[in-house]
Formats: sequence, structure tokens, C-alpha cells
Amino acid sequence: MVERSIRVERLWSWRTFFLQWEWLLVLIFIAVNIVNSTLSPYYFTADTFLQTPMTFLDMSFLVLPMTMVIILGNIDISVGSTVALSAVVMAVAYNAGLPMVLSIVLCLLVASACGLVNGLLMTRFKELSSVIVTLATMIIYRGIAYVILQDQAAGKFPKWYSALGWGSVGKVPIILIVFAICAVVFGLLLHKTSFGRKIYGMGSNLTASRYSGVNTDSIIMIVSVLTGLMAGFTALFLSSRMGSTRPNVAQGYELSVIAMVVLGGVSTSGGKGRIAGPLLAIFIIGFLNYGLGLVNVQAQVLLIIVGLLLILSVLVLNVRFGGRYKRSVPGTAKKLAAQEHSSETTP
Amino acid sequence: MADRILELTHITKTFPGVKALNDVHFDLKHGEIHALIGENGAGKSTLIKVITGVYQPDSGQILFEGTPVEIHSTADSQRLGIAAIYQHVTCYPDLSVTENIFIGHEKIQPFTRKIDWRDLHERAGQLLAQLDADFDPRALMGNLSVAQQQIVEIAKALSANARIIIMDEPTAPLTARESEDLYKTTESLRDKGVSIIFISHRMEDMYRLASRVTVFRDARYVGTWNLNEAKREDLIMAMVGREITQFFPKRKVAIGEEVFRVEGLSRTGFFKDVSFSVRKGEILAMTGLIGAGRTEVCEAIYGVTHPDKGHVILEGQELHIGNPAQAIEKGIGYLPEDRLRQGLVLEWELSKNVTLPTLRKFATLGWLHPRKENAVTKELAEKLEVRAGSVFDLAATLSGGNQQKIIVAKLLAGTMKVIILDEPTKGVDVGAKTAIFNIMNDLAEMGYGIIMVSSEMPEVLGMSDRIVVMRDGRVATILETATASQEQILRAAMPETVHA
Amino acid sequence: MRRSASFTESFRELGLLVFIVIICAIFQIRNHNFLTLENIDDLLTNTAILSIMSVGMMMVILTRGIDLSVGSTVAIAGMVSALTVQFFRGISPVVSVLESVAVGTVVGILNGLLVARFNVLPIIATLGTMNVIRGLTYVISGGAWVSSYQMSSGFKGIATGELLGVSNPIIMAVVINVAFFYFINHMRTGRQIYAVGSNPEAADISGIPRRRIIWLVYTLMGALSGLGGVIWVAKFASAQSDTATGFELSVIAATVLGGVSIAGGSGKVSGLILGTILLGILNNALPLINVSPFWQQAIQGVVILAAVLTNVLVKRNNQRFALRRRAI
Repeated sequence: MVERSIRVERLWSWRTFFLQWEWLLVLIFIAVNIVNSTLSPYYFTADTFLQTPMTFLDMSFLVLPMTMVIILGNIDISVGSTVALSAVVMAVAYNAGLPMVLSIVLCLLVASACGLVNGLLMTRFKELSSVIVTLATMIIYRGIAYVILQDQAAGKFPKWYSALGWGSVGKVPIILIVFAICAVVFGLLLHKTSFGRKIYGMGSNLTASRYSGVNTDSIIMIVSVLTGLMAGFTALFLSSRMGSTRPNVAQGYELSVIAMVVLGGVSTSGGKGRIAGPLLAIFIIGFLNYGLGLVNVQAQVLLIIVGLLLILSVLVLNVRFGGRYKRSVPGTAKKLAAQEHSSETTP
Repeated sequence: MADRILELTHITKTFPGVKALNDVHFDLKHGEIHALIGENGAGKSTLIKVITGVYQPDSGQILFEGTPVEIHSTADSQRLGIAAIYQHVTCYPDLSVTENIFIGHEKIQPFTRKIDWRDLHERAGQLLAQLDADFDPRALMGNLSVAQQQIVEIAKALSANARIIIMDEPTAPLTARESEDLYKTTESLRDKGVSIIFISHRMEDMYRLASRVTVFRDARYVGTWNLNEAKREDLIMAMVGREITQFFPKRKVAIGEEVFRVEGLSRTGFFKDVSFSVRKGEILAMTGLIGAGRTEVCEAIYGVTHPDKGHVILEGQELHIGNPAQAIEKGIGYLPEDRLRQGLVLEWELSKNVTLPTLRKFATLGWLHPRKENAVTKELAEKLEVRAGSVFDLAATLSGGNQQKIIVAKLLAGTMKVIILDEPTKGVDVGAKTAIFNIMNDLAEMGYGIIMVSSEMPEVLGMSDRIVVMRDGRVATILETATASQEQILRAAMPETVHA
Repeated sequence: MRRSASFTESFRELGLLVFIVIICAIFQIRNHNFLTLENIDDLLTNTAILSIMSVGMMMVILTRGIDLSVGSTVAIAGMVSALTVQFFRGISPVVSVLESVAVGTVVGILNGLLVARFNVLPIIATLGTMNVIRGLTYVISGGAWVSSYQMSSGFKGIATGELLGVSNPIIMAVVINVAFFYFINHMRTGRQIYAVGSNPEAADISGIPRRRIIWLVYTLMGALSGLGGVIWVAKFASAQSDTATGFELSVIAATVLGGVSIAGGSGKVSGLILGTILLGILNNALPLINVSPFWQQAIQGVVILAAVLTNVLVKRNNQRFALRRRAI
């Protein structure tokens, strides 16, 4: 006998729709572009919006898996080092005689292997936090790159290779196309598949997810390998644009990537956030950098800005979501406390 | 009056939906060891929390040395000289014994800026010597055995000049010899004039140490006896004797062949040689005291932990379950004991919670079908009579009983053969309890084998077909419910003699 | 016999000591100039900065935290004091030191604020400040260096000067280590740092001012980084905006190698000193045996990984031991 029928249609409210973090980011993005347009005539052309992303999209590949990592409640500061190592291996292999196509494959394999090692360490040694694991591998991976290439540069890639990072299909840069495809794939994975659902579950409540049959080890392994793979992509596009590579490339990428993810509304306490936010954040920071370049502001100033953005975003998100002490839906805290009292095991 | 150091009268404490203490009394004489006994859920822990200032009673009076006092915080209770020692010691494992004793007691033992280690170690050593402990106060707390850590806790209480020490199930994690040492320590404390409240399930503890015993049952005070006059059977009767006024809608269900069996299941440090079987349509209750190992056995079956030895057999085939995902796949479902932390993702809506264990059924090659999820959730929720407005309600907004039903819905969304329910009605109000019992009946009728872990005697006797009683990590006995009595069960569950 | 954690710790220190002896022996065999007084003095001077800062890092890690911003703090503190000397040549070196420590302290206070007051994860907070501070260093220096001839000899003497034949940095490191030993072992606040890391919840209940202690350790870390900063630029007679890039990793490596558990709550000063010396040897002496300095980073990373993995494995073993003791 059914007392009350349970609704399966979502209630729509314009208010809740527009009160989302991502709209704030849209506003910021528009604001950045308005400011930029005052610095340069002919700003609002298709060229500007198609060509500028080329300068910052190489790093952006990392934002996609990093979003997953942070939703999981973890962190990965080894991504820059993975980029460096896989780029260096590729360059050295090519210069040693390996055909370019195979070198590219090798780059992706090495990068994925770096991710795999991270995953293995985290799943076999659960006592270690992702902080210390990726701190150690960050040092080791780049260290290996230094051992291989020392302070030299390696490159001399075939002519066609630079087309990867510089070329376009019509007016649209190749890097933008590839990134768009990856973004769509990651977005679908995160929001439309059971894999993504499990990631959110683990980030919200790891124990309950485990008890509900989520194979937490394999999820962490997959996300780690994906992170590595995307680092490989970054390595490819970066070395293509630079024409060569050194062991110290991609230094500081982890800051920017994490800042983009957090600015995108993905809370470090885990279980929250959407892909749209970090995607917007990428373009905000990218165009912000472009605008700074228009007034000849140094790259180091961008460091300050990105650092501040990271800190501010975390502060705001902490206030909203209770920081690293995960809280449930606000307002039910009292109710839960009462329930916990009445469900004591040793009365 | 003057010989009572502590007296609580007409104490009532209510939580939303649950009365934890109902007009109870308790008094403690100077220099006596007073045992407090009762089943799980009787109200012992709540009373202790009232005495130590963690909870404030809704009504009633507390008299300390004859004067009415108000204990609003743990600091208040410490100031009166009340200290408590629990089964699980909270300490600083990386710091020495001496530091664990004196840290946080600066108000009582004033710390000068510079720490005089020699003096501190010496004082710690003296305290330990008073308790006949022979270990070095410089040892790290984390290296000590549980028994030794308890001694340190007692030393801490002494250093704070405690006049009343409450010991909550202290012998539970101890070996026979360690328990004997603890008895001696407790007696010497009493001889020094400390008054002690001793909570324990072990009759032996009680008869050995206490001069009086108070029994609580169902949040009520039953009575106080002098131990030299009280007979064991009377005390057990007092602990369980109740009219089963609750209606248990157990139906007659055709019980089929064996569907699930464990043989010789062991896990070092948790349980040993556990064997039992469940048949189709049968409800097998698993009962015993806290710490008997029931949940540990279930978690080992379900794959959360791994047994060191033994076999798990489902429908005649032996299973090797490495994680819960495999258990679910094979058809073993588990409703965890800690609903909020293990059972649900509170920030998620109902449909996402319900489909989490069986996502494969709601996705093609990984691509989710939310509409199917919502439809199935609606169907299950309505069948289980969950009170919710929509499938998008967050799990956190539901009442305890409804949350429990959602977890059951989780299990039903897949194809199960055996369902393990760990304390399914804990923290659930009476109305929802009956609903859950009906659900259990439905499940039995559908042919599932059901294992129900429960600490509530009426529930165990009212709903099950057979009862597995666990004690200290082993199966004490397996009874047929039709012929079992509460006394029988309790006697099997309680350690008669301190195990060797 | 039950294997105890303190036994393992002493074992670890012994192991470090043995390792140091072996490594020194190997180095000496490969290069007879290794164990000369001059070289040892050089080695210790170079390690002094590492030692001073690892003291701070130990306190931070004891509270279950981490600080990635120390390299940047060294840079900004050093740069500020160097710029001051550049424009006020007559300034006393003591003032320079105080100035540098003050700058570092400000950074530390900021880190402490984020972690203790606003509950930001230490890794995120210090990752942010690391970059903000590094950027600020660039901005205040205008991208220019302060080089040797712009510094007064008094300033440079901070690092090159000697007292009774021992170079200043070594003396400072010794003083700080001794003071730290006293603080962390014999003073209440010092012991409370251990308590906060060992069991934060119990600390709250015991009435230990957890947040204040966490703020304190980051502030002290900043102050020590400030000191490290002025020694650094004085020693290398150069202040650049990329000074000490990556140095935080060496500091963390030295601390972890010295037995300070990354899980918080345990670690001894004796271990810290040995770990720092060992890492100092590895960092400075490798060229003497013809090992390319480019191996340095990889070795550091392996050291950290090996140290934390060892801790985990030992702890697991101890737990298994404990379970077997149970009657069941």
C-alpha cells in the first residue's frame, strides 16, 4: 500500500540554476575579456579566440585528469615531472635513431608508466597519502630526466612535428581540436558513466563506496594512468611548440593545473565539482595571461596571480563546503548528531 | 547519606526518537566497587556519559558527597575527581607513558616552563608502582599492550587525584592473566579509598570484585543487590526479564535447502573456527556481546577484510572473495552496522545511492541510464514504503528508518542470494522497525537466506529461525529459536570464566 | 620480545650512522681529499643551511603538515636583505640577519594562518604561497640580481666569517639545533607539538591549543627559512629571483631521512641531524667521486621514497605482531 507517490521528475528552479559556481566563472571570463579588449584594438576577432589558446592549451590536458584526482579527494604534484621525463625520453630516443612515430608512442608509454607507478604506490601502500607519494615521484621522475639529459636540450624534430603544436585545420588549431575531443571524453566519463559515478562516490565517502562494491583500487589505478597519459599529451604538444626539450620543462605546471581545477569549483575535500568549471578556469587564466602579455607584464607576475587564485578559491570553497572536514548537507548536521547518539553501540 | 559519594536520582535522558535513560537511579558508596550490568542498549554507557559530563540529563539530580552538583562538561566532572577508563584508550601513541599521564593535567600538576624529566619519570614510576606495574615509564605508549595502557590510564586518573574511577568493560580485551592483574589493581585502588563503578559482562569480574551490583534494562533501573546475596540466575532474569510486548510479525516460510555455509573461518586476533549455515528462506540470527566478533565475521564474508583460514560456500561452490564488489557479484549483500559512514553516501540523492552497488545493471558499456535508475529507485522505495518526496532527495534528509530502507533497496536492486543485515533496527523508531521486520519476512519468502546480526534479544527471538551465539570470537552455540530462551542465549554469550 | 618503536628508531639512527661512516669511507677511498679539514669545513658550511631549515621542517611534519614554500621564502628573505645592503651599505650584518628572519617570519605567519585558521590543506596552502612568494621576489628585485660587489664585506661575512676557526653558518646551525633539542624535549610547548601530531583529536580534548601550535610551527619554519635566506645569499654572494628553487625538496628529504614520520607525531633530533648530514654529504660530495650532480635530484627522490616505505613496512610488521598477541 503506497502512502505517497515518489516523484521522478526533477524540479527546476531558475534560481538554483543560476546560483552555480560556473556562472560566476562565466562572468569572470567575460570580465577578463572586456579588460583585455581595452588593451588591444581588434580584440574581438575569431583569430584572437582561436589562436590564443595555443599558448596555454598544452598544460590544459592535465586539468582533465586532475579534476578527477581532486574529486577523488587526492592530489598529484608529479604531473610536471612526468611531462618532463616523457618528453626527454622521446627526444633522446628519436635522436638515437628511433622513428618519430615510435618515439611519440614511447613518450605516451613512459608517461602512462609514470602514472601507473603512482597508482601502484597509492594502492599497495594505502598508509601513504597521495601528497607524499606524488611528492616523491615528482622528484624521482624529474631526477631521471636530469640523469638522462643533464642540462642539455634535445630536439631537432622532423619538420612535420611542429605542425602538431603550431598547425591548424583551416582556422582551428590542431591542439584546440585535440583538446576539445579530450575534454568531451573526460566530461562524458565523469558525468555519464559508471566510472565517473564511482569517482564521485569515493570522493564523498570512500568507506561507503567500498562497502557498496566499488573497486576502489582499480579506480585509483585507472585515474593515475589517465593522468600519466594526459601528461604524455602535454609533453607532445609542448615539445612540438618548443622545437626541443630539456629536463626542466613544465616546471611549475602542477601549481597552475591545480589552481585551474580548484578555481573551477572542485573542492579539495572531494566529491564535488563538474568538468565545466575547470574548463572555464583554463580559459580564464589563459586569457588573463594573454592580457598581461599585452601590457608586458612579466611571467613571474602571473605566478603571483595564479598562486593567489589558488588560495582564494580554496578559501571560498572551504567556507562553502566545510574544508577538509567533510560535512554532509548543511542543516542536517544536527539531525545526524542526534541519530548518532541514538544509534550508539555501547549504551 | 554521608556514606554515599555519588548519587543519581530520577535521571532521564532522551534523544530524538529514543529514550536512553528513563528515570534511573544509581548510587555509589565510599570505597566500594559497584558493578553496573545490563544488556547492550540498557543505558549503561549513557549513564556514564552523564556522570562524566559528556551529556546533561533532561531531568533528575546528581549528588556528590551529599551536595547537589551540576556537571556541565568533562572539565566539571574532572574537577570533582571523576575519571573514566574505557575499552579503547585514547592516548598519544608516540609519546612516553609519563607524558601520557601528565599531559593535559597541567592545572593539577603545574608544569614549569622547563620540564624536569627526572622528576616526572620518577613520579610516574611511583604511580605505576602503586598499581604494581613493572614497566618503564619512559616506554612509548604505542608499544604497550592494551592491559598496560589501561594501567597508564588508571595512573593518569590517580595523578589527577581521582576519587571516583569508572571502568567501562576493561577486561574485554584482556587475557586471563592480565585480567587477574587488573583485579588486583582495582582492589588496591579500592583499598586506597577510591570508589569504583565497574561495568562488565563477565559474571566472574563481578563476583570477584564488586560488593554491590545494579542492573539496568531497557533504559530503566531494575534494582541493586548485595553480591553476597544475589544469585546468578536472578541477575540474568533481571537483565532480560521483560514481556515481549513488541509484536514480531514472523511468518511461517517454507525453508529450503542450504544456500550458504562457512566452515572454520578464522582471522587472527578477531575470530576463530566459526562455522554455521543458512538455508533458503531462513532467518539466522547472530548474537553475542559487543566485541564477540559478529561484525568481523560478516565483514570477512563480505570481502571487506580477509580471513586467514576457512571456507565460504555459496550454493555448493566455494568462494574466494577479495572485495565487496566480488561478493555482490556472487550474490552476497551486506547492510553495514554503521549506516551513516558505511551504508550511504549522505550527500547523494536516493537514486544514486540505490544504484551504486549494481551500476552495471543501469549502464550499457558504462554509459548510465539515469531514467532507469530513477524508475527502479521509485519502484523499490515505494515497495519498501520509504517516506520521501522524490528520488532526488538527499539521503541525509531521511529519517533513520527510511535510510535503512534505502540501504535495503540497494541490496534488492541486484540479484542476491544471501543478505547479511548488521543491526538492521539500530537507531530506528518502533514504527519503522516493524516495517523492516516485514521486509525481512518478504525477503525470506522470496527465498533469500538471511543472516541478521542483532543485540536485541526480543528481535532475535521474535524474528529468527535459528540463533548463532558468539562469544570471544568463537561460536558458543547454535540454537533453534523455537526452543531457545533469553536466559539460555545470555548465558551462552557471557564468559563464565575468564578465558585461559 | 616485542619489537618496539623506540627500538626501531634507535636502529634507524644506528643505520644512518653506519651508512654515513661507510659512505665517508667510500668517498675517501675514491678521493683522498675528502676527509681533509678544509673539505669537511666546506661540507658542513654547505649543510648548515639545510640543517637550520630541517629543524623547522621537522616541527611542521611532526604536526602532520608539510611546507613547500621554504625555498621561495629563502629567496625573498635573502633578496630583501641583499637589496637593503645594496642601498644602505653601512648597515650592520646583524640588522641584515634580523631583517631576513623577519621577512621569513611574515611568510610563516601567512602559511600558519591558511592552515590553522582557514583549514586549507598544507600542501595546497604552501603550494600557493610558494609561487606567490617566488613571484614577489622577482617583482621586488625587478628581475635584477644583487651580486657580490654590491654587497658589503660585512654582509658577506655573515656566511664567510669565522668564530674561533669555525665558520659562522656552522655555529648558527649548532646553536639552533641545540636550542631546538632543548625546546622540543624539555619545554611544554615543544612536547605539545608531538601531541598534536600524534593524536589531534585527543589534543583538542586535552585542552592543548592545537590551532595555535600549528600556527606556531609554520611561523618558526618561516623564521628559520629567513635565516637560511640571508646565509644563502651571503655565502653565494648573489641574490637572484630563482635562488633556492627546489630546495624545499632537499629539506623535506633530509627530515624524512632522519626518521621523522610523515604521519606525524614521531621523530628525534638525533635522527634529524644524522639525516641532514647524510643528505648533505650526498648533495655536496658526489662531484668529488665523479658522480654527476645531475644524479642529485633522483637520489633525493629515491631517498624519500625509501624512507617512507620503510616506515610503512615496519609499522605493518608491528601491527601483525600485536594481533598475534591477542587471545583469540
